[in-house]
Amino acid sequence: MSHRARQLKVSSLARVEGEGALHVTVRDGVVERADLQIYEPPRFFEALLRGRSYTEPPDITARICGICPVAYQTSACNAIEDACGVRIDGAIRELRRLLYCGEWISSHALHIYLLHAPDFLGYPDAIALATDHREIVERGLLLKKAGNAILDLVGGRAIHPINVRVGGFYSAPDHARLDRLAQQLRPALDAAVATVRWVAGFDFPDLELEHELLAAHDPARYAIESGTSLRRSAGTGFEVDAFSNHIVEQQVPHSTALHASLDGGRYLTGPLARYTLNRAQLSPLASRLAAEAGLGGECRNPFRSIVVRAVETVYAVEEALRLIEAYRPPEPPYVVVPARDGVGHGVSEAPRGLLYHRYEIGADGLVRSATIVPPTAQNQAAIEDDLRQVVAANLELGDQPLTGLCERTIRNYDPCISCSTHFLDLTVERQ
Amino acid sequence: MDTPTLAVFKLASCDGCQLTVLDCEDELLALAGRVRIAHFLEATSAVEPGPYDVTLVEGSITTAADAERIRQLRAESKVLVAIGACATAGGIQALRNFGDVAEFASVVYARPDYIETLATSTAVADHVPVDFELRGCPIDKHQLLEVLTAFLAGRKPDLPDTSVCTECKRRGLTCVMVADGTPCLGPVTHAGCGALCPAYRRGCFGCFGPMTKPNVAALIPRLRAAGMSDGDVDRVFHTFNAASAGWSS
Repeated sequence: MSHRARQLKVSSLARVEGEGALHVTVRDGVVERADLQIYEPPRFFEALLRGRSYTEPPDITARICGICPVAYQTSACNAIEDACGVRIDGAIRELRRLLYCGEWISSHALHIYLLHAPDFLGYPDAIALATDHREIVERGLLLKKAGNAILDLVGGRAIHPINVRVGGFYSAPDHARLDRLAQQLRPALDAAVATVRWVAGFDFPDLELEHELLAAHDPARYAIESGTSLRRSAGTGFEVDAFSNHIVEQQVPHSTALHASLDGGRYLTGPLARYTLNRAQLSPLASRLAAEAGLGGECRNPFRSIVVRAVETVYAVEEALRLIEAYRPPEPPYVVVPARDGVGHGVSEAPRGLLYHRYEIGADGLVRSATIVPPTAQNQAAIEDDLRQVVAANLELGDQPLTGLCERTIRNYDPCISCSTHFLDLTVERQ
Repeated sequence: MDTPTLAVFKLASCDGCQLTVLDCEDELLALAGRVRIAHFLEATSAVEPGPYDVTLVEGSITTAADAERIRQLRAESKVLVAIGACATAGGIQALRNFGDVAEFASVVYARPDYIETLATSTAVADHVPVDFELRGCPIDKHQLLEVLTAFLAGRKPDLPDTSVCTECKRRGLTCVMVADGTPCLGPVTHAGCGALCPAYRRGCFGCFGPMTKPNVAALIPRLRAAGMSDGDVDRVFHTFNAASAGWSS
């Protein structure tokens, strides 16, 4: 195929979220470039947050992503509370974790069943999968619905929850409602366990990646809604407020999403990073299922991210049940957070990876500047590197199967492209 | 009769409104039995070319390419429904309409010259005729099902064109503004959410945009009396539906 120019176009990358294109150039059998072009129109969130009240970023930044709004709300609250010198603990913090578990369950179930599993089974989508395996898709929808039920009750609605405020919540659910929610979560736990066993049986391409990994860490438990520090696979970790000393975002001409680097190098956040760095804190059931699914001490095969997501879903359902069991309604459901002049940093683990917010707030309570580093920006260089390796290892494939493999590679992450501010044109140019 | 085709497209947006289709967990498989999903990139890699019987469009127009794309979609769609605050009012990203987009770009990007964008974020109806506008940031699942059912049956959707206050009263909620002195945009906001915020003891912040003929001038003194500063009042109307005609005055 060398010295022959070939162009392959796939009209769009489906089952991801946002808009992008992939351009791969192969010259004389060597992969020269693999550019993931995110052309999602920019929406300028960091610019439009300036001059807004410090109480507003949780509602406004939720609109960055319809699939993980709670992550944006939570990282925003963490950062603003940090700027104002207030730490949220106790029952309010536990309610925040419960809400976040709802998003993890719902988003992971969406990713596993509707976006990712059809790839492994040779279907274009879950609806086609349902024509042959209706009970499987129904199981996924049951799981997703259970996550959304948490979001609906604790957050007010599943997409862009309205009950989250700086300092806590506008109102807290009562025991009776949470008991009914727990009744819905118990069958969801069975569905989550069955999901791990189901995805563990998929056929995974061999691929081990050497990216550095980065995840939030909490000494007390598997980090979800916050982290006291950041843990990395190479070197020592660092504090949340040192984020910008280590992570630098750069703009590349081919994308509206910024590319981040960790101390100058490529790195990865998300399920593989969380599992590899924090797996000791998973519950006994989730750990046992991970071992049964063959995950081992670390997971560096991005195609197995679907298994990690399934294990994390088990953890999140169990954790939600535990939080409901131990629940005491906070009264009032929020801590008063007075504005003060300062800078605050906040992280949380969005389903697709680490999400960092930084706000500079004035004594007048208005936001002076905002910095938001979403998982997509952090993972984009690693995804491009994966694509180079996948293409290089599979050059013997024809254009169509190779294109399919590239799409699958991207879906391992579901680059939440709307985070950069979906749809992918794939061009493979062989010269 | 052939199975009607459904297409879902997105412009500048967060994907939340099209995700609402997938959030219909109890209805999704039934819906898929009634329509042929011909284009819905968030859900399927199987894509059919138009024309489509019903097209849902989420997102606002912020690039010259999207302005062209919406004209094509209009031409290819029997029924075109704009869904969500971005598609019906320009969305949160319409805050640029009141500022300087070049300055916005310079805040976010080191090389704003790499970025192609229009100076404004505008609604779908500002570019092409639409058959229906479904409000909300995000849209409501039950309203979406009503709109889909209606257009598939060849009738107009039966949706309320009143204020959030009417939903609040129907739900039997105590008025948060009267009882607690909490500022609330319920009297001027389009119904559709089921009075969600007041049910959580929060004032409505207007994510469904203005109702038909909202009396904003009458509400403003009440918002001030409830403790909102002029800046607070300006900002609350300048959020998810900032460019909407009913509130922009």
